[in-house]
Amino acid sequence: MTAPVIELRGLARTYPGSPPVPALRPADLVIEAGDYVAVTGPSGSGKSTLLHLLGLLDSPTAGSYLLDGLDTSALNDRDRSALRGGRIGFVFQAFHLLPYRTALENVLLAALYNQTPRGARLQAAADALGAVALEHRLDALPTTLSGGECQRVAIARALVNRPSLLLCDEPTGNLDSRNAATLMSLLDQLNGSGFTIVVITHDPGVASHAGRRITISDGVMAGHA
Amino acid sequence: MRSSRTGLPLSRLTARDATSEAVAGIVQRPGRAVLTMLGTVLGVGAFVAVLGLTATGAGQISHQFTILQDTTVNVQDNGPAISVAPPYANPPIGFPADADAVAGRIDGVVAAGVWWPVALPQGASFAGSLGPSASASQTVTLMAASAGAVRAMGLSMSAGSPLSKYENDTGQHVAMIDAATATLLGISVARLASHPAVFVDGIAYTVIGIYNSAQRVVSDESAMLIPENTALADFGNPQPGIGNQDEAQMVVATRIGAAQEVARQIAAAELPAGPRRLVVTSPPSPQNLQSQVTGDLAGLFLILALISLLIGAVGIANTTLVAVLERTEEIGLRRAVGARPRHIAAQFLAESTALGTLGGLVGTCIGVGVVVIFAAAKDWTAVLNPAVTLPAPLIGSVVGLLAGSYPALRAARTSPLTALRHA
Repeated sequence: MTAPVIELRGLARTYPGSPPVPALRPADLVIEAGDYVAVTGPSGSGKSTLLHLLGLLDSPTAGSYLLDGLDTSALNDRDRSALRGGRIGFVFQAFHLLPYRTALENVLLAALYNQTPRGARLQAAADALGAVALEHRLDALPTTLSGGECQRVAIARALVNRPSLLLCDEPTGNLDSRNAATLMSLLDQLNGSGFTIVVITHDPGVASHAGRRITISDGVMAGHA
Repeated sequence: MRSSRTGLPLSRLTARDATSEAVAGIVQRPGRAVLTMLGTVLGVGAFVAVLGLTATGAGQISHQFTILQDTTVNVQDNGPAISVAPPYANPPIGFPADADAVAGRIDGVVAAGVWWPVALPQGASFAGSLGPSASASQTVTLMAASAGAVRAMGLSMSAGSPLSKYENDTGQHVAMIDAATATLLGISVARLASHPAVFVDGIAYTVIGIYNSAQRVVSDESAMLIPENTALADFGNPQPGIGNQDEAQMVVATRIGAAQEVARQIAAAELPAGPRRLVVTSPPSPQNLQSQVTGDLAGLFLILALISLLIGAVGIANTTLVAVLERTEEIGLRRAVGARPRHIAAQFLAESTALGTLGGLVGTCIGVGVVVIFAAAKDWTAVLNPAVTLPAPLIGSVVGLLAGSYPALRAARTSPLTALRHA
């Protein structure tokens, strides 16, 4: 049996200060391959802290985080960078596309650092844009794309390395309802093809797409509806 | 390379990828890139132009110098160490009878011969046979010259023929005069065929040639040249000793670049028994002159070039720093897709270095252009030392590399968390 994609054992994050802020209280969680999980909660509940921990952008102050069965807390920055680039695909609310680069170049960026040969990179990026139905806008600059298209480019960028985990932070936060619906059906479709997806959102409509829902409130993770 | 702990390939950024990222970073803001480069362009341009212009100027000087002075060697007869001649009589001239031929055997000598200014008695005058009233006294110098000396003087004849060896050996009373003196004495080119004569102190010399200009010895004065044996017979030995202006001398025309070598050999060749009697003067070597000219002003301009390079470095550092702050989001994103801090640093360093190199290239082109245009305008030959010009763009690279190091370090230290929150 393969290890779960995510396994949290008493994972906690406390921001130093006086008094220290416990952003995430010790939490246990298992997310299996192919799961579609929504993390909901009000602002300041600790959603973003969880996202940063899951995305290896931040380190926990207690507990351990196993990604694909690998204990990440024992890794140095070099290995965490490799893991981040190879196993995790990020989708941000603000898209974070480079404004002066074409859609294709933005997607290529995700394959820049992980030793993919240049030729293979180009093919993978074109394929990823095809997967989000943007094969006709390869050379478009983000400034000429709609919000929905931008987010799809961002998803293509997240997909290009075929990550174990697709980590989405308020993916529909900057989109109108029609584009949001398109995006959610895209995520459903990706989950259907086997991607493990974690969506962090405060939108119940978005959360309803997920098979599992986790709520965070005041740093306490609860609910496995 | 794979990490043993994650089983994943480690993040890396190839030099080629870093370069293309850097170029993409520069071309996305072309206007800013141009302004950023300006300091480096000016600095490197000034550097290349200053060195090129001084080399061109020095080259020009040495070129003019080469044509005449560098092909001329003078040998003066300083007289015997102890005077062996009776009082009030000059000793025989120091040069051997076959002095011209001896000199001619030295490699590099084009023509050589003995000459001296003949000391005329007080009040001696020159009078032409054609016009009884025409006379000249003060401005004309009477000179004894061998056939070799006449050739070495590089005379350009306007009429007649130069003094020959035959006339010298047989002590003919013949002369060559310059065109100005000829006019003064009423001797025209057309009437040369009628064998006009010039009377010097009562002795008649038939004019056989008129010359326009001379390259050596008589280039700046009016002169009447007579064969040296004729002069010895008519006026006696010249007075030896440097400084009395009348000593016998030898003028040597050499091939270009041979003057130094000829000067080293000629005294011993002419007077193997006592070469010290002859004083040899040769032109200073062109290299010395060149370095002298290059010295002062060029130093000042190079300091200016250095200052503009410094300003260029500050400009690049500033722009790169602004770019780092501006692109925090991009840094965060790159970290999220697997870039390590060193990759971020490498990217910004590559960008600033590429900017510097580009500035250096443009500056070098402008510098070369300035030198070429300046030389063309002055009708000079542009001299550009490849050892200076070719590596000049690298100065820009170094400036860019140094200027980018602090911003790159700051970019590398940017935490991906704050970077992504930035937007």
